[in-house]
Order: sequence, then structure tokens, then C-alpha cells
Amino acid sequence: MIPLEWYLLLAAALFCMGLYGVLSRRNGVAILMGVELMLNAVNINLVAFWRYTEPAAATGQAFALFVYAVAAAEAAVGLALIIALWRTRNTVVLEEIDLLKG
Amino acid sequence: MSTTLLNLAWLIPLFPFLAFIIVPLVTYRNRKLSHGLVVGAIAIAFLLAQIVFWTAVTLPEGTLPFESKSIHWLSAGVERFRLAVYIDPATAIMLFMVPLVCMMIFIYAIGYMNFGTPDEDKRYSRFFAYLSLFATGMLGMVVFNNLLAFFIFWEIMGTCSYLLIGFWYEKKYPDPNKITPKEAGLKAFIVTKIGDLFFMIGLALLYAKVGSLAYRDIFSPETLEYLATTSFMGTGFPLAAVIALLLFGGTVGKSAQFPLHTWLPDAMEGPTPVSALIHAATMVSAGVFLVVRCFPLFVAVEQYTHIEPIHMAIVAGIGAFTAIFSSFIAIAQDDVKGVLAFSTISQLGYMIAALGVGAYVAGAFHLITHAFFKSLLFLSSGSVIHGMEHGHHHAHKDHKEHEEKWFNPNDMMNMGGLAKRMPRTFWPFLLGGLALSGFPLITAGFWSKDEILAQVYTTPIVFWTLTIAAGMTAFYTMRQICLTFAGEPRTEAARHAPESVPSMTVPLAILAFFAVTLGWVGIPENLPGIGGIIPNWFHHFVGSTIETGGHEHVLKVAGHLSEAVHGFEWAPMLLGMGFGLGGLLLGWLVYGRKPLKAGQMDPVEAAMRKVWLGWLYEAMRNRFYFDELYQATFVKGSIWLADVFDAFDYGQPVKKEIEGEIVLVRNHGVVDGLVNLFGYIGRLLSDVASWVDVNIVDALVNLAGNAGKFASIGLDSFDFKIVDGAVNGVGAVTKAAGRPLRRIQGGLVQNYLLIAAIMVLGLVVTFFVIIFQMPQM
Repeated sequence: MIPLEWYLLLAAALFCMGLYGVLSRRNGVAILMGVELMLNAVNINLVAFWRYTEPAAATGQAFALFVYAVAAAEAAVGLALIIALWRTRNTVVLEEIDLLKG
Repeated sequence: MSTTLLNLAWLIPLFPFLAFIIVPLVTYRNRKLSHGLVVGAIAIAFLLAQIVFWTAVTLPEGTLPFESKSIHWLSAGVERFRLAVYIDPATAIMLFMVPLVCMMIFIYAIGYMNFGTPDEDKRYSRFFAYLSLFATGMLGMVVFNNLLAFFIFWEIMGTCSYLLIGFWYEKKYPDPNKITPKEAGLKAFIVTKIGDLFFMIGLALLYAKVGSLAYRDIFSPETLEYLATTSFMGTGFPLAAVIALLLFGGTVGKSAQFPLHTWLPDAMEGPTPVSALIHAATMVSAGVFLVVRCFPLFVAVEQYTHIEPIHMAIVAGIGAFTAIFSSFIAIAQDDVKGVLAFSTISQLGYMIAALGVGAYVAGAFHLITHAFFKSLLFLSSGSVIHGMEHGHHHAHKDHKEHEEKWFNPNDMMNMGGLAKRMPRTFWPFLLGGLALSGFPLITAGFWSKDEILAQVYTTPIVFWTLTIAAGMTAFYTMRQICLTFAGEPRTEAARHAPESVPSMTVPLAILAFFAVTLGWVGIPENLPGIGGIIPNWFHHFVGSTIETGGHEHVLKVAGHLSEAVHGFEWAPMLLGMGFGLGGLLLGWLVYGRKPLKAGQMDPVEAAMRKVWLGWLYEAMRNRFYFDELYQATFVKGSIWLADVFDAFDYGQPVKKEIEGEIVLVRNHGVVDGLVNLFGYIGRLLSDVASWVDVNIVDALVNLAGNAGKFASIGLDSFDFKIVDGAVNGVGAVTKAAGRPLRRIQGGLVQNYLLIAAIMVLGLVVTFFVIIFQMPQM
């Protein structure tokens, strides 16, 4: 059987890729994609820990399902925001959107 | 021969999948390598599939179905799904057909996407990657041993069809009513999802009742008997019938049966190889294959309770109605691929009708032959379209002003006389068309259609519907051939259309070979004269699925199978032959004898207008207005519902005049109203408070103020120097401290995130440092 660590490494790598994407991409849509990657990395962790520690109870899978649902909602809200931004400011490049500047 | 070689079936879906992974990640810049990988992968899959097929065919009777060793696949809680390959005759014949047709289409696509020419598609590699994933979906669906895997691969195909139909997503037409590829992709996806929803509910119900989705478990005699004799939630309908109908819902969506047929004609917006792949050879066949696969479930009720089940009548009825209904539409279509689209729907109706009356073998046989001749027709029509596009460019190279007017290369009214320009496209098209119309004795379509007609003969209403549809099929096929290839060119584009490149015409020749010869494996043995020269191999092989699967009763239920073996009926064959030839002849008389001139009205349309049937022709051309109906009911309904929710929040927008300008102002809806109500209450409260403030509190404050004024005179200088100094000092310090901190608040979300990430990292590091320091403390 594949050791648990491999899954954790995979998840960590995926998480870092997602984080890098979130921090480095200029396009809002790409940033959302990065967020999805990070969420899925978490899912891998949840399922892997469930499988290796408590295979009898389906808790890890249940949590992964919750994460999916949250991710779907997040994507919907995020895309709606991006569309709203596009309509009002005609850009999805987040560097150009600094309404919160102090 | 042993069954060891059948284990190779594991690898069949793997290679196209690997190509799908590698092409977008590694080789997408090198287009030649990309298409080489994809074609190579399908070629390997084809070889493996051939090995599996020939092994399965030569096995001694009774060995099939074969199930390999299973691997642990999915876990859900304590439930374990296991995956294995499952080879029965139905799988084997699909493995013969699918990789072969896919390979031909992939090779054709190289030429169609203009490889190596200036017109090369800008998303060339992506196109091949999608094609490869599509093949993975179809092959995976066929080889594995349970319905869950079936469903997953089925959905992979659904996704690919969306991606491929909408492949030219930026394309727009000058006519706003013409559907764009983007919309067509969405439409195909959403409409088939409606069917898939039923499929999924059926799977859930089946799983809840049986506890397994593996074919071996759900088609075992005990399970089938249980499902056939238990009623569904006390309604008296047997469970088997309910589940079968739910699964059939998936078929209706995927195989474009009435009333979910609207997506398939619009799916012709995709590149032509996609039309051939998805909408002739594989994806729509998947729906029929689902019924073939679950056939024991469909006939279980009749088998175990001997009650004539209503669900089979529904299946047969939908199939027969679809067959004739779409034939009517096909007669009035001018788009060369539109005719083929409706003929596909009609032929799928044939198969469904055959399965609905229990003619399992005939349905499967027509599935295979149809895949060959229909993909042949699609590919050759694609070659025609390709030629027309190039001819148009060629003809109008010098006159730039012609480029302004949009030219529809798909319109048959623009063609004519192409037989001379494109002979290597014409002959395959002719053979495919003859196979489609069931030209007697030589073509594959004749034998499979004849078998269906022979077996539905005992159900007169289905038989006559299908026979008339066969005649109409022959008629519109002839119309298409004549309009496209016969007579004189009707436009400059047709006059200059060049023959297509060999990578397009060679697959046509190969497919044409199969479109003719494939029927010979299914000639009824008791046909006087030529029957028995070639044994009815197909019937023996595929029919044995049921015999050896422990469902020997099914054969008797499906009755027609054994009847067809024992006594030969002349009537259905002669009637089918007569209607087919009659349709062809009529088509030739109307369209072939006096070929259409440029600008001339379709003779059928002219004749129908003369006898006050113009409205009917108009309805046929507009597909009986089903698109408009769905648009007016379901689409508008959804939009209305969204508007209701929107109004709940904001209220309806109304026009108001403010300072001489008319602007849209939204009235307050429910949510806004509630918010405003709270605001109003708050204002009332604050009015009261303000009165108290002005009249009572102020008086007190003024009193205290006056007292203070007297006291403060002496303290004036103290106040200015010390108190003010302290206050200003605090302010100055804060300001000085705030200036550098202000820079952090740059308004850029990503900077905030970066800081947050660094902080978290710091916390994690600290945490670990503390944890690892602990023992030493």
C-alpha cells in the first residue's frame, strides 16, 4: 500500500501550487483557480487521513463533500464578483483594483 | 484458446487517456507530434481491441461473459467498489467498431483541420487532446464491469461533447437567430443532463435495492426475479420496470430521442470530425448501448411474471415515433449536415424501437452497421463542406467585395455538380447513402434494417411506422445525393471546389468498405437462395449473450429471435425492400431527373405550396417548432423564475424622470423593503432622542458649561500649554507611526494574502519550534 506520506506530499505540493497561483497571477479568474487547487489539496488530506486512520467511518469523505459544496459556492460568488468588477471597472486584473487603498 | 488475452482489455482505454494527458502538458506546441501521439494511441487501442475481439469470437460457446480479476477501486464508508473488465458479445462487437471508427475519424481530422496549411486551426493540438479523451470515455464505458463506471465514462463523453461542439466558441453568425457553437455546446450539455439525471436516479434506486452495480450481480437470475416481482413503493409497478424506465431516461437524452432530441441537430455546429465521432458513431450509440447492456433488466418483468409490461411499449413507442417524426423533418432540411443529423435521430429511433419489442440482436446489429455508414456519410459531407469553403475562397480571391457577404458552405442549395469535382468524396458518399436507405442485398444497412423489420413484424403499428420511415429515409437520402452531387454547380464556390487531401479521402474509402461488407455477417440463414452461404455469425455470437448469461427465458420472451431462426417471413423483407427502392426512385424522379437550377425552389416545397400545404413544409423545415416551444416554456420559465428572485431582493426596475432625464430606478422589493423598514424605525427613535437631546440634555450641558466657563478662566494658560501640548503630542506620535503602516494597506488583495500566508508560515514555524523544544523544557 502506498504510504500516507506520499498523499500528504502530493497535497502539500498541490497546496503550494495553488498558493503560488493565488499570489502571483494577475487575472482574477486565475486566482480563483488557485483557490480551487488549495481547496482540493485539503480534500486530498482529508480523504487520505480518513483512509489511513479511520476507514470505518466515512467522516473524511463527508468533510470532503462539504468542502466541495463550499468550493462551488465560493466559485459562484467569486465569479459573480469578477463579472461585477468587469462591468464597473472593465478589468479583471487585480493590481488595478485598489479601492481598499488606505 | 484461453481467456488470458481478454485481460488486454484493461489497456484499451488507457492509451487514449495517456495521449490526452501528454498532449496538453508536453507536446501541445508541436502539432505534428501531438496528432501523431493521439492517432498512435488510438491505433494501439485498435490493435488491442482487435486481439480481444478475435479472441472473444473464437472462444468456445459458453465461456463468455468473461470477467477479469477485479481491483479495489472506490471506497465509500465501508462500501467497496471493485473494478474489472467484462467482456460479453455486446462488448466485443463494440470493441470491433469503436476504435476502428475513431481511428478513421482521427486521421480524417488531420486533413480537416488543415494541417500544414496556412488555414491550420489555432487550437489544433487541443482539438486532438479532446478527441482522445472522448475515445477514452467511449472505450472505458464499453469495457468495464459495472454501471457506476459506465456512468462515469458516459459523463466524460458528455463533457467532451460540450467542449468539442463549442470548439469554435468565438464564431458568430450575422443571423442572430442561427445558433452559435458556444450556445450549441451548452444546449447539448444541458439537454443531455436532463436525461442523465434520470439515469442517475435509476442507478441510485438500483443500488439501494440490490446493493451492487456490477453486471454480474444485477443481472443474476435471483436479483432479476426479486426486482421483477417486488412492487415499487406499493404502487404495483414492478421495481424492474421503474428502474428500466429511469435508465431509459439516460438513453433518451444521450441518443437524442423525442422529446430530448433538440440538441443533436444543433450539435452540428462543431467541426465535422466531431459530428461524425459524437453524433453518429459513438456518443449517441452509447445511449442505445445502455439499453443493450441492461436488456435483461428491461425484459425481467415479462420473463418472471408473464405480464405484458407497459415500459417496453413506452420504449418501442418512443423509438418508432422518433424514427418517423425526424424523417419528416429531414426531408425539408437544406443544411447538408442537418439532413444527416435528423437521419441519425431517426435511425436511433429504429434501434430503440427494435429493442422495445425485444429484438435485441437486431438492435445491436443496426447499431454497429449504422455507426459505419453514418460516420462515412458525415465524413464525406465534411469533405464536401471543406471543398466548398476552399472553392469559395478560390472563387472570390480576386474580388474582395464578395468576402463581405456571408457564405454558408453547408447549404445544399449552394452545391450541385460536385460529383465531377470531388469523385473520391462522391463514391463513398453514394455507398453510405445507399446503405442508409437500405439498398437491397449489397449494403450493410439493408441487412440490419431488414432484420429489425422482420422482428417487429408481429407488432403491426411499429412495423408500419418503421417501414414508412424507411421509405422516407431513402427519399431524403436520394434528395441529398442529387442536390449535392448531381447536375450543374449552383454557385461559384461549387464550381471551384477542390478534391480533399488523401488523409481525408482514404478513411472514407475504408469506412465505405465496411459500410458495404459488414452486413454480410448477419444475413438470415433461412433466406432462400443466398442465406447460409455466409453463416449468420452475428446472430449466433450476440444472441449467445442471452443464452449463456442464464437468461434463456429472455430468448423465448423476445420470441421473435427464435421465430426468425425457424421460419422465414417474406412479407417484411419485400415490404422493406419495396419502400426503400420506392423512396430512392421517387427521390431520383423529383431531384435527379431534372437537377435543380440555381435559385429554383425545392420541388417538394413548390408542390406542397400548390396544394395549400406550405405551412406543413414550413413546420418541417423549422423542426416542428420544438426549439421555439422549449425556448418559450423552459428557457423563458427559468428566466422568469430568476426574475422573481431578483425582484424579491430589489424590486422591478421602473422608468422615472429625474431632473429631465429618464433613468431606470428599482422599486423596493421584499428584502429592500425590510431593510428600509428597519431604517424607518431607527429614524423615528432617533427623532425622539433628538428632541430629548435638544430640550433637556442641552439645557443641563449649558448649565454645566457656564459654570465651567467661570472656573476655567484661570486655567486657560494651563490648558493651552500643557493639555493641548499633550493631546497634540499624542496625535503627532500616532501620525508618525501611521505613515509607514499606511503603506501596508495598499488595497491590493494579493499583498494582504501574501502577508497572511507569511504570518501563517511564521505561526507554523513557531508552533513547531515550541513543540520540539517542549521535551527539553
